[in-house]
Amino acid sequence: MKRREFLKSATALAAGTAISAPAIFSAAAQTRQETLLLVTENGPNNLDIHGVGTNRPGYEASWNCYDRLISHETKTLADGSLSYDLDKFKPELAEDMTTGDMSVTFKLKKGATFHDGTPITANDVKWSFDRAVSVGGFPTVQMKAGSLVNKEQFVAVDDNTFRVDFIKKDRMTIPDIAVIVPSIYNSGLLKKNATEKDPWALEYTKSNTAGGGAYKVASWKPGVETVYERHDGWVGGKLPQLKRVIWRTIPSAGNRRALMERGDADISFDLPAKDFTEMKKDGKLKLVSNPIGNGMYSVELNVKNPPFNNEKVRQAIAYAIPYQKIIDAAMFGHARPLFGAASNTVTESVWPQPTGYSDNIAKAKELMAASGVGPIESTISFDLGDAVNSEPIAILIQESLGQIGIKLAINKVPGANWRSEMAKKSMPMMVNFFSGWLDYPEYFFFWCYSGQNAIFNTPSYVDKDMDVLIDGAYAAAAIGDKAAYDKSVTGFITKAYNDVPRIPLFQPYLNVAMQKNISGYQYWFHRQVDYRTLVKA
Amino acid sequence: MLATIGKRLVTVIPTLIGVVIVTFLLTRVLPGDPAVYFAGPAATPESIAEVRKSLGLDRPLPEQFLRYVSDLAHGNFGNSLSTGRPVITEIASRLPASAELTLLGLVLSIIIAVPLGILAAVKQGSWIDHTCRIVATAGVSLPVFFTGLLLVYVFYFQLGWSPAPVGRLDAFASTPPHITGFYLIDSLVTGNFESFRAAFAQLILPALTLCIFSLAPITRMTRASMLAVLASEFVRTARASGLDDRTVIITYAFRNAMLPVVTTLGMVFSFLLGANVLVEKVFAWPGIGSYAVEALLQSDFAPVQGFVLTMAVLYVALNLLIDILYGVIDPRVRLEG
Repeated sequence: MKRREFLKSATALAAGTAISAPAIFSAAAQTRQETLLLVTENGPNNLDIHGVGTNRPGYEASWNCYDRLISHETKTLADGSLSYDLDKFKPELAEDMTTGDMSVTFKLKKGATFHDGTPITANDVKWSFDRAVSVGGFPTVQMKAGSLVNKEQFVAVDDNTFRVDFIKKDRMTIPDIAVIVPSIYNSGLLKKNATEKDPWALEYTKSNTAGGGAYKVASWKPGVETVYERHDGWVGGKLPQLKRVIWRTIPSAGNRRALMERGDADISFDLPAKDFTEMKKDGKLKLVSNPIGNGMYSVELNVKNPPFNNEKVRQAIAYAIPYQKIIDAAMFGHARPLFGAASNTVTESVWPQPTGYSDNIAKAKELMAASGVGPIESTISFDLGDAVNSEPIAILIQESLGQIGIKLAINKVPGANWRSEMAKKSMPMMVNFFSGWLDYPEYFFFWCYSGQNAIFNTPSYVDKDMDVLIDGAYAAAAIGDKAAYDKSVTGFITKAYNDVPRIPLFQPYLNVAMQKNISGYQYWFHRQVDYRTLVKA
Repeated sequence: MLATIGKRLVTVIPTLIGVVIVTFLLTRVLPGDPAVYFAGPAATPESIAEVRKSLGLDRPLPEQFLRYVSDLAHGNFGNSLSTGRPVITEIASRLPASAELTLLGLVLSIIIAVPLGILAAVKQGSWIDHTCRIVATAGVSLPVFFTGLLLVYVFYFQLGWSPAPVGRLDAFASTPPHITGFYLIDSLVTGNFESFRAAFAQLILPALTLCIFSLAPITRMTRASMLAVLASEFVRTARASGLDDRTVIITYAFRNAMLPVVTTLGMVFSFLLGANVLVEKVFAWPGIGSYAVEALLQSDFAPVQGFVLTMAVLYVALNLLIDILYGVIDPRVRLEG
């Protein structure tokens, strides 16, 4: 090549780049504008909530990629943040809901299609509900919580009309239709991917989204990244502003914080309390925090075996816990206290609410003496997967109970074993967290205090009077008898606080950090991010 | 040569059989019940039983083992319970990520550590020797996650020179097509320099972290083995014959000092490949170590078995390679020995 030719071509090349470069940059800026970068500690392990062992981040994928018949309205809370409205429902895939005496009928929206373009019919809805009650495991249990049990309850009246027949009157039925589990699946597509061993095509939906929701998963690398694209034909609500959502897994909390502070990520979800309080003080980002509904950290005592079968010992412990120290040290002051009320006899049917216990060592010693139980040696267990919160709590309790003659050893249970240890019901004392999706007191009590002795009733607390009160609340709610309902609820809370099989500590918060140009974040009972309302300015 | 390699490979077979049996048993003996774990929140005894049945865990152990072995024979490592993906594809996508990072870190480390070790041995007691000692002590005593976080803090958070530590590529960069799985190579082969730059920028800090950690064993080993060789008679003879320093040190002494260094390299490499979980966590690196640890935390058998098996095979291959290298470096050490 001659020198002159080379120079000529080099200039042409330079000119070419000079022209094309701004175009590339503005295109990149445009996609960035319409793309959200979300960072969290864990990503989904399965894109389908019906799958075996789908984790919490997996629920987020299901929530955004599938529609439900109905959903909840939005309300603004006292601090200006947005939340779902427990009591008000709005149509999502259904355009209309008519509740009869023993059934509820939905009319589907016209023109609704799945991601692949097939129209959504009542047969898809019927198939999806059948799937939820048939696959077993968590989805089936969740459906049962709303008295949705048999396939025969679900009827596709015509292409556009779907009916659910009640097996009994239950206030939880309608809210249970608005949780993530009864999502609507593309039955045609899934039947094609079903096999004899896997009639509900769970294998396929593990890594493919087969719904009609506002987003579809464009690519998924487990443990690394999930990329969503908007479903432009979505009719379930207002078309979301964000065209793409990139969800990256960043295991290190320090790096998530650095990414936010440098402005490289748009949202960091589910922050540790420490980062939340420090970032809030800096004031560089938008921080939102909501108390986790129907949830609490508590100390749970096994009432089946000595020494904690003695009510006085349990009460003594409840008076010996350093509540405020725990909130300050474990949660950096960022939690709602559940102690220090005037009395254990409650008058309002709200849940969770403070107990009458507080840090009172003298009273604790008195109760210990009255119990007639000598010095106690026992263990306190916690889930290592939640060591950030649970470990300081356990240590503070160990130190404090030493003062009333209870010597505790600390037992750290690896995350994978926690559930099986809970199921065994042999841990004498533990630090634990529970929260229920359906935000009603009787729902919490059904899982944690009732005589069915479910896995979450870790104290193995079985009491006939308690069951009568819980059943009473369910029955009163079903027929809308407010007075009887309040009586049962205040009754079971008072009883739970006096018998103290579990000692409430505090209600934790769900914390989110956003760049200042992000708006529309909303708290949901499922504690995951809803991309559909998010706006990037 | 080929015959000896073949002979070596035959002796590997019992090792692998042993690994298969041990990994299978180990994962079953581990505490934690996958059925309870995967039944999720709100599990009832019936739902746990349903999950157990669908996972095939209700069958007797020998039957489970036979199924596992026949799957392996068909090249099927099983499916991960937690991600639902075949273990083999996960490992195939994660192994290159780990290997790329580890190789780069190791190359960096060799470039720094070997000359440093040689100099320290030649100028024993000088300031270079002291520097070598300090570097080695510091590198080995600083935990990797600390070095990693420190580098991120300085070069990303404070100075902004380095890109965000979000894994192998920036969220907005395009992934090069899969050829070898090494992003640097794949992007160069396809001429995608933008991706090459992005991937390389992401690699620098984690590779540096690994490099700092592995400096210590390599420098110390180079120094020690050089010292031994330099004190030997043939070096004295070479010097007495009037050969210049360069020839004596590089050609004669270093070549003879290389055997233990190569052994150390092999050990450091296999250690870094599977055990740098902390570096992977800090840099959100989708490597094979964090895959195995996460699977272990969830009582997810198949990936753990797949991981151990892959590492065993790699280790065997690496050892074979090192043995062959021995022969190349020092003709006295042939495989027959």
